[in-house]
Amino acid sequence: MASSICLCLLRAVFLVCFVNPLIQGLSGDVNLVQDPRHRLEKNLTGLSIVTFDWHHVQTPYLVITWVFVAGLAKLSVIELNHHVISVVPESGLLIILGFILGGIVWGADKAQTFKLLPPTFFYYLLPQIILDASYFMPNKLFFSNLGSILIYAIFGTCWNAATVGLSLWGCYEAGVMGNLDIGLLQFLLFGSLIAAVDPVAVIAVFEEVHVNEVLFILVFGESLLNDGVTVVLYNVFDAFVALGGPRIDAEEIFKGIFSFVVVAFGGSFLGVVFAVLLSLLTRCTKHIQIIEAGFVFVVGYLAYLTADMLSLSAILSVTFCGICCQKYVNANMDEKSVTTVRHAMKVLANGSETMIFVFLGITAIDTEIWVWNTGFILLTLLFVFIYRIIGVFLLTWMLNKFRLVPIEVIDQVVMSYGGLRGAVAYGLAAMLDKDKIPEKNLIISTTLIVVYFTVILQGITMKPLVQWLKVKRAAHSDLKLIEKLNNRAFDHILAAVEDICGRIGDNWWTRGWNRFEENYISWLLMKPKARKNRDYLFSIFHKLNLEDAVNYVSEGERQGSLAFIRSDEVANVDFKKQFGSEFTDVMPDIMVNMSNYELGIENFSVTSIVKDTIPSVSLDIHGKDRKNAADDINAHHLLQQHLYRSRKNHRHKFSRSHFSINQSEDEVQEIFQRTMRSRLESFKSAKMGVNPAKKITKHHKKDLTHKVKDFHDASFTWIAQLYPTHSSLPWLMETDAVAPSQRAQWRLPWTPNRLRRLAPMRVSTCSTDSFLMADLEEHEEKPQTDHEEEM
Amino acid sequence: MGSTSSTLLKIPNVEVLMQETGFSPAHIIRLHDRFKALDKEGRGHLCPQDFGAIKELAMNPIGDRIIGAFFSPGKETVDFHTFVKILAHFRPVDKDRPKEPNSPEPINSRSNKLKFAFQLYDQDKDGKISRDELLKVLRSMLGMQVTEEQLESIADRTIQEADLDRDEAISFEEFRKSLEKVNIDHKMSIRFLR
Repeated sequence: MASSICLCLLRAVFLVCFVNPLIQGLSGDVNLVQDPRHRLEKNLTGLSIVTFDWHHVQTPYLVITWVFVAGLAKLSVIELNHHVISVVPESGLLIILGFILGGIVWGADKAQTFKLLPPTFFYYLLPQIILDASYFMPNKLFFSNLGSILIYAIFGTCWNAATVGLSLWGCYEAGVMGNLDIGLLQFLLFGSLIAAVDPVAVIAVFEEVHVNEVLFILVFGESLLNDGVTVVLYNVFDAFVALGGPRIDAEEIFKGIFSFVVVAFGGSFLGVVFAVLLSLLTRCTKHIQIIEAGFVFVVGYLAYLTADMLSLSAILSVTFCGICCQKYVNANMDEKSVTTVRHAMKVLANGSETMIFVFLGITAIDTEIWVWNTGFILLTLLFVFIYRIIGVFLLTWMLNKFRLVPIEVIDQVVMSYGGLRGAVAYGLAAMLDKDKIPEKNLIISTTLIVVYFTVILQGITMKPLVQWLKVKRAAHSDLKLIEKLNNRAFDHILAAVEDICGRIGDNWWTRGWNRFEENYISWLLMKPKARKNRDYLFSIFHKLNLEDAVNYVSEGERQGSLAFIRSDEVANVDFKKQFGSEFTDVMPDIMVNMSNYELGIENFSVTSIVKDTIPSVSLDIHGKDRKNAADDINAHHLLQQHLYRSRKNHRHKFSRSHFSINQSEDEVQEIFQRTMRSRLESFKSAKMGVNPAKKITKHHKKDLTHKVKDFHDASFTWIAQLYPTHSSLPWLMETDAVAPSQRAQWRLPWTPNRLRRLAPMRVSTCSTDSFLMADLEEHEEKPQTDHEEEM
Repeated sequence: MGSTSSTLLKIPNVEVLMQETGFSPAHIIRLHDRFKALDKEGRGHLCPQDFGAIKELAMNPIGDRIIGAFFSPGKETVDFHTFVKILAHFRPVDKDRPKEPNSPEPINSRSNKLKFAFQLYDQDKDGKISRDELLKVLRSMLGMQVTEEQLESIADRTIQEADLDRDEAISFEEFRKSLEKVNIDHKMSIRFLR
């Protein structure tokens, strides 16, 4: 709390001290020549060692200062939310902070010098947010609900625009609003710009309220796709207002409707074209991978600008660019580039969103724009709210007749309450032409009030509303152990059965598309290497091996490699804890992949691996010290902590600030390892009819490799059965793809017992590398023949 | 839609199936599509590897047990009827079902759902969940941080809580009794199979 207050005060002081001279500098000395070379020509009386030169850096300096201020604002808001109860959503707090900042600037200058100008908003702040949203869009979910999303986006927005506009006009004719210089067309124009649900606001508020994924994708998808409608409606009515009432006839109306088709589909198509371009680009960057990440942003921005230039829907263009290129770009690019892009995208989007909300607040503190007409404003708020509810319920009622999974009433309530308006509406309002629309300021004021109302008030009450609506369960009495266990088991069972049933539609169309996409589109847009590694199961296998290796190393380093040499006992690596005793022999073949130790490491990035998790491998150096047979184990506590969570408890995938995927990654890793191991085990024992040897190191090394090879045969054939269509299994290729078992053949992985050899090295004071080198020598004689046989 | 009725006709004994399970034609068709999608080689029945190909199941701690539940003991394949019948367990309970005295209990009744769950624990099908079976389930559902001793103590306490006749095992009746407060309909039903 103290820190956030300090930050706020600091910023206020900074601004007051800094902004004042800034503004004074702005107003005076306008005639100074801007050319840097003429810097010294003004009234030279002697050599000035240092000069204060504001004008040359003015524009970039102001821009960067505001970015900096916005960042500070976000920081203090987050701190506030951590130390004080988070009731107000971040966006609301940012707006309020904007008010304060606006007040400071106003106080210094008596005029609002820093406003949110529409060009700034539309060209510099909005594109990256949309790109971020579409790049991380869960595609499967999106496309399976696309029908509903389109219905809400198109018909919902049209309904909102029409009803709000007409109702307001009706009320105006009835005289409730007093004397205004407005006609029906202008009301309709206003209706169209206030009708659209705003993606920025939706993300900002829904991120903190964890609703189920279908509901989220419906609202979110609608907010993205309704831009097509909004742009058309706005332009159409703007043109109509310019034309004037009498000139509008059926022809113009048809042109309006036709323009919707062109704008929406044209924008989407353009987005797809840019996505293809981007995928092809990333496909060709084999030798210069450092600029790949840049291409994503550049091409995305180009998509936006091109669509805007052609007066198509720019948001739709960027949306489809991001949605379509996701898969190929992620497959083609280097892992480091992928991480870079993801991080940078989040940074930019976060920053833009912060700036948008702060400026939305600042813009309010400006006496020039405020026109208060109680009737107009209150009626607008009322109508916007009511017609949203009516619209959603009507459309859902119709949709539920066709959907396989009906949308429940609670979801509908949340959806209608989540119809937030945001900066896009304000931007459109600010772009209105004052000559044609004399009441522009009234419209701006109303729009701002609607935005504040929805973002702040509805944002605050969204979370309590969601919780209140869901509370219908009986009181949470003390559950017995068996109830807790079974509750979790049921979750898992449900998740599994849902997967078996295929939650997402699995009909002829999706299968046909998948086949088409696999054969033709991937061939065109993906790198050949990426295509081979596309095998999902294998790639997870590969990633888990990498993670295991890294965890192994980091754990070893953390415990201090010196710990290896200091103990007289054998370094007792307690794999049992990780794998269970019956699996220790199976373990080295699959899990411990020491490719990390190789000096020419291929393209995996260690940075992509989360390191601050509980290490999956525990090096139990001093086994005796691990006496943890505590007698009073709280079984309840244990269950609470350690039961695996099922997918259902991790519904909300999209987030502004994080991009972890559904379950906690180490849990997934553990479960997956176990399942794969037990499957391989059962297959092995079924086919080979023999249990693997308990202690591998007792065998001579030749026998060991032989046994390892047999095991690999078995594992290969089992996995080959899973994928009969693959003519060549990915790990039989001699590519860079890591084939853990193959590697294990010509260099044995580090088994627990081999670590004994580290003990004699106690005299060495070198780093770990020396241990490695020592061990490497033993394996110089690679069993090449075995290796070639396998191929 | 013309395709609806023609697809329905292709499935043998569809009327009987619909009556037994209570699925609507739309659901049967959807499940049939899914069945065909899983049955990649078009053999008309599924084997364990087909289930194994579902990637999400590998990330489910009891995924393999559930796969096993589809295969009756001794059989290596699942045909469409069995597939649908097993999935019928997860249909939400019909609240307004008229209570005819002589008709058999529907597959998705509360007690049948519980029986399905019971069978997942009771692998040797002796009607009781023994301590070992419980240990196995716990092991698969708990993270790696839990040691063997902790596991055993949890299992012991669980049996203690639920076991009423002191035979060191949990019978179906005891199982059902211990879960009477749980809303089984909500926990073991999938919405879209309504």
